[in-house]
Amino acid sequence: MTTAQPHAELDPRFAPPFPQAALTVLRNPQLRRNVAHAVDIIQAKRGRLVAEKDDWQQLRSAASAIRSHVLESLGAYLEEFEVRCTAAGGIVHWATDGEEARRIILDILRQEQASEVIKIKTMTSAEIQLNPFLESNGVRVHETDLAEIILQLGEEPPSHIVVPALHVNRSQVREIFARKMGLPELSDDPQILTAAARRYLREKFLTIPTAIGGANYLIAETGSVAVVESEGNGRMCLTLPRTLITLAGIEKVLPRFDDLEVFLQLLARSATGERMNPYTSLWTGTVKGDGPERFHVVLLDNGRSRILRRPVERQTLKCIRCAACMNSCPVYRQTGGHAYGSVYPGPIGAILTPQLQQLQHAQSLPFASSLCGACYEVCPVKINIPEVLLELRSQVTRQERSQARRFFDPLYLGLRLANFLFASPRRFHLAQRLGRIGARLFTRKDGWIHSLPSVGGKWTLTRDLRGLPDETFHEWWANRKKEAR
Amino acid sequence: MRASLFITCYNDTLYPETGRAVVALLERLGVEVSFEPRQTCCGQMHANTGFRPEAFSQARRFVNLYREVEHVVIPSSSCVAMMREQYPTIFDELGDEILRREFLALIPRVYELSEFLVDRLQALDVGAYFPHRVAYHASCHGLRQLELGDRPYRLLAKVRGMELAPLANSDRCCGFGGTFSVKNAEVSSAMLTTKLEDVLATRAEYLTGLDNSCLMHLGGAMHRQYAGMTTIHMAQILAATADSPAEAMA
Repeated sequence: MTTAQPHAELDPRFAPPFPQAALTVLRNPQLRRNVAHAVDIIQAKRGRLVAEKDDWQQLRSAASAIRSHVLESLGAYLEEFEVRCTAAGGIVHWATDGEEARRIILDILRQEQASEVIKIKTMTSAEIQLNPFLESNGVRVHETDLAEIILQLGEEPPSHIVVPALHVNRSQVREIFARKMGLPELSDDPQILTAAARRYLREKFLTIPTAIGGANYLIAETGSVAVVESEGNGRMCLTLPRTLITLAGIEKVLPRFDDLEVFLQLLARSATGERMNPYTSLWTGTVKGDGPERFHVVLLDNGRSRILRRPVERQTLKCIRCAACMNSCPVYRQTGGHAYGSVYPGPIGAILTPQLQQLQHAQSLPFASSLCGACYEVCPVKINIPEVLLELRSQVTRQERSQARRFFDPLYLGLRLANFLFASPRRFHLAQRLGRIGARLFTRKDGWIHSLPSVGGKWTLTRDLRGLPDETFHEWWANRKKEAR
Repeated sequence: MRASLFITCYNDTLYPETGRAVVALLERLGVEVSFEPRQTCCGQMHANTGFRPEAFSQARRFVNLYREVEHVVIPSSSCVAMMREQYPTIFDELGDEILRREFLALIPRVYELSEFLVDRLQALDVGAYFPHRVAYHASCHGLRQLELGDRPYRLLAKVRGMELAPLANSDRCCGFGGTFSVKNAEVSSAMLTTKLEDVLATRAEYLTGLDNSCLMHLGGAMHRQYAGMTTIHMAQILAATADSPAEAMA
């Protein structure tokens, strides 16, 4: 029933470069319609709810300040969290990378003699490809979030961090459920579909005593963990099982319990366009006779502390995974998530994924943006994504330009030449004159260029270019001054 | 009042009529316009593609050429945004403290065209006459980095004979993005198609804006598709009078 193989298309080590992966999606009109329809709805709802908050900008500033402060003293807050959580009966584990986190989780499951687990949606577990690892070690994994069930049963990779099955429409869901749940008569009425999922899930909730989930926030002051969700499957997974394992990135910590006041106002509005998410679960360690008896927290680094050391890129870790950046992104709206070759798509993925990969992979992602800034405008914690994109572009270019094969790359050649010309007005003006003569070769009778060679052909793919005028501005200015004399 | 025109490399080469319009407009408003002939490029293309050392030489050239002038006026919102947002980072990274200080002294005197008209000259009615239906494209850099807000609309509202056509999703990017348009040509084209649907739905005769790069992108597709609409920089609309009509871009 579950997919044992990782989704190679979402593994940055193997995924094709963004422009190539995007082509596959651009040729799929149904998927593009699904994505555009979904993000437009979420964006419109978000816009309405943000507009009704007079203090939205103050909330953003507060959230940004809290997150920045956390990152400045992350080590101390994590240790405080560990002390409080342990005192309350939790067991805290530290994992340097995905491999260590997977091993810690498998060891716990072996101690529990668990052959099956139920799971709350956690992108962090997708980041470390936990499911295929557990499956290959004999543990059956049952996702319980509706979108995750759709993806797990349909063997589809996620395309969004809040709404992972955003690219799948209702009739496609019907088809997957009908096939995998053995319900050929199923209609595509949303209520009927969710009822089918509910029946499928109830049995898992009531029989499987081990759960794995993520965390929206870790509270240093109290050692508490918070999970916000819409469907109630999380509440089931957090309360019914005997053993609960929480996997969380180290950046998820907040200093004080009161800080939730800021983030709970921002998150649901930014993420799903709701004033408040339906379920907010908060717990501290274990309580005898109430909820799980054993509670483990696995704190995952996996490249985060390296990002923390970089002054510009550090802000990437302020992210609270609301996905407003992808919902507002005109690039994501065309390509959906799969083109980003990572479980983290959209603008935040374009900066996070290459950094998690130490710029060894995913180098095309920082260029997968028109730098329009819509992401920064909506980000509830004010991550200046364009600024980080530019920083990463600079690093990638520095890395690439020393490579021999880049020497004759037309874009690199063109940019080096342009710099040589811009350094001297005389050279620049000569190039303009030569360019004017050269452009005549390509200019048609209507005065426009319809087709260009090499990199220029990428432009004339869909746009014409007006032929070069007979006189540049500075030539006009020089003549005008002469005439005036 | 004196203003030095920084025309930008692509306007100089591809859209000189925009520069001529800025000169006509500013002179009509009583500004003494000058032009520094040694200017070339602001470095935006290099900076946005990750070529920071090259962008640095362009940035240094700009500061050296303009540090003494009274005002710099630039008819390109993305080039102004490049200076305000990226020059400080570039000077920091390449460690030139003197240049950075000179830049900080200069930058308050660097204006995008609509900023210069509205904020500095406080001229909303510039005496323009342009009897056409026009839609306005708020380029992303003008909208989000310069925060031009309602300045362009206030200027257009005073143009005699002009009808402003409302544009749906006016804050959505056209997909140009400089080298993005060739590095990710297919995605850029898809964004262009989406934008053009909204633009053409306005049934305007002209699409205007404050950045010829977006207009080159949209206008190039209009021409390819025989869309029956033309792009025109706002300077050309504002410069147009009953006696000397605008030089259209196509």
